[in-house]
Amino acid sequence: MTSTVETPADASRPAPSGLVAVAHAPGWVRYALLAVGLVVAAWLPNGLYPAVAVDILCWALFAVAVDLLLGFTGLMSFGHAAFWGTSAYVTGLVAIHAGLPFPLAVLAGALAAAVLAVPIGYLAVKRTGIYFAMVTLAFAQMVYYVANEWRSVTQGENGLQGVPRELFGVDLTDDYYFYYAILPIVLLGLAAAWRIVHSPFGRVLVGIRDNPARARALGYPVHRYKLTAFVLSGFIAGLGGGLFAVGHRFVSLDVLHWTTSGKAVIVVVLGGIGTLWGGVLGAGIVVRLEDWLSFSGFEAIGLVTGGIFVLVVVLFRRGVWGSAAALAHRLAARRR
Amino acid sequence: MSGFAQNTFNGLVSGAFYALLALGLAVIFGMLRVVNFAHGAFYMLGAFGAYVLLTEAGVPFWAALLIMPVGLGLLGMALERAVIHRLTRLDPLYNFLLTFGLTLILQDLVKLRYGVQSSPYATPSLLSGSVNFGLFDFPTYRVFILGFAVLLCVAVWWVLTRTRIGMVVRASTERPDLTRAFGIDVGRWVTPVFGFGIGLAGLAGVLAAPMRAVNPLMGADLIIVVFAVVVIGGLGSIFGSVAAGFGIGLVQAWGEAYLSHFPIVSQTIVFVVMAGVLLWRPAGLFGREEAPA
Repeated sequence: MTSTVETPADASRPAPSGLVAVAHAPGWVRYALLAVGLVVAAWLPNGLYPAVAVDILCWALFAVAVDLLLGFTGLMSFGHAAFWGTSAYVTGLVAIHAGLPFPLAVLAGALAAAVLAVPIGYLAVKRTGIYFAMVTLAFAQMVYYVANEWRSVTQGENGLQGVPRELFGVDLTDDYYFYYAILPIVLLGLAAAWRIVHSPFGRVLVGIRDNPARARALGYPVHRYKLTAFVLSGFIAGLGGGLFAVGHRFVSLDVLHWTTSGKAVIVVVLGGIGTLWGGVLGAGIVVRLEDWLSFSGFEAIGLVTGGIFVLVVVLFRRGVWGSAAALAHRLAARRR
Repeated sequence: MSGFAQNTFNGLVSGAFYALLALGLAVIFGMLRVVNFAHGAFYMLGAFGAYVLLTEAGVPFWAALLIMPVGLGLLGMALERAVIHRLTRLDPLYNFLLTFGLTLILQDLVKLRYGVQSSPYATPSLLSGSVNFGLFDFPTYRVFILGFAVLLCVAVWWVLTRTRIGMVVRASTERPDLTRAFGIDVGRWVTPVFGFGIGLAGLAGVLAAPMRAVNPLMGADLIIVVFAVVVIGGLGSIFGSVAAGFGIGLVQAWGEAYLSHFPIVSQTIVFVVMAGVLLWRPAGLFGREEAPA
């Protein structure tokens, strides 16, 4: 197969280099990458603090959800904390009050996030580009204010305390075992994202990203496709947020704050926009780095994450995965 | 009746801050196609700068009102030259991300040095007390803010519509290529316009210092409301941004006063209005439909 999906290097939109390169890598490369990924995922809590490994899994889902929109639909949501956070609260409330096994609570949270994504997405897809970012940011801030004021439910600034890790009586208090309990759910979520991107539906999304006018002319209801992508993305972000709530056994207002939305975007950019798995890498790097910073008693984490943001955007726009894929692509082309 | 007048007045005063910030955002966006996330951070720097100047060097309010906007404007110009400039050819999203990162850096720098607690800033003695307009007493300082902001907006409008500089700026905002074709050096105006927008944010910050709590996060939540304001007004329209700024200030104040049973209303009403505008006129009340992307 030759590269037929390669889009022209258009500086005006994020380069979709990574996925294209991997999709056209020989089969054994793809399987090898998959195998390496699975091995790393299975080993992770042995090499890191298990709690950090759990956070990485949750953020990986969050990043992939954001990349589904940013990289494959051309929509930069700067308000995805709304879905991550709403799911965290709903998951926490369901787990506390209904005593359900945690996967069901997380599912309820993710569904709530998807439901919230319908009206927000419906309004936001009326705008594109930078306006889309501002509109999603504004609606997420609205959700934040609502959670802040609705103290009888969310406990306001105190946060939801004591979210249980119930799973048919299995003892999951140790983060090490909890990691392996959530790993299948996370892998399912990531596989779903991969499936969406590689489905005919995903192809249409990429078509809309690259040329909305032509997609419309071909008869695709562009708004409806974007909205569907937005809701799916909200659901996946919700999966991550719900697991995050159970993982921390605590939900604070931070999960809805705009810095959380921004962090999700930078995780994606650092990993590589439009690479899907780059977001997983980005999540690993950022979560690990933040943990290391807070462990070493450094208070101004924003200084470092902000600095990374600036450096990545100025010097390293392809991200880790995107750069690696582009390099591999070039090496392969030279050999041929 | 006097209650209504008071609410209206207070709404216009908080609207003045939205208007000044939205005006700066709109001018910068018009010229550079950059949505400056750090606008709130520069507003905070304006207020903090005034506070530091007063407490550590004894510089009075009136001097700060001149020093901070000019200083921050120059800082903004340097910033534009150093980084923002490199990204303007790319998707505007990159500069949005860049300025987001800058916001985190600026906030944390101030936090590291001065902590997160709010610092009081005394109202300048000339403007303490209140003015009586018949209905009730208005605090003099708020009357001053409102008058000053309106005057500034009118001055900017005058410069944009009645002077040669304004004509060049408007032309390069609307048709940059055509303006270039007429032999006008568009690039020359980009940096000063960016600096001017930042200066306006700094000015709003100095004005806010005696009225609002001065702390490192004062600009953070404000900027998101201002984003909603410019979506409502239409970011491409300078008049629309200013009008929406005052309008949202009014709506918020009225909502706070007459829907006080629902404390959530005053904070969220701006987003509800934004939702309504997106349904009714997606391009904003005064905006033009953007060219199909």
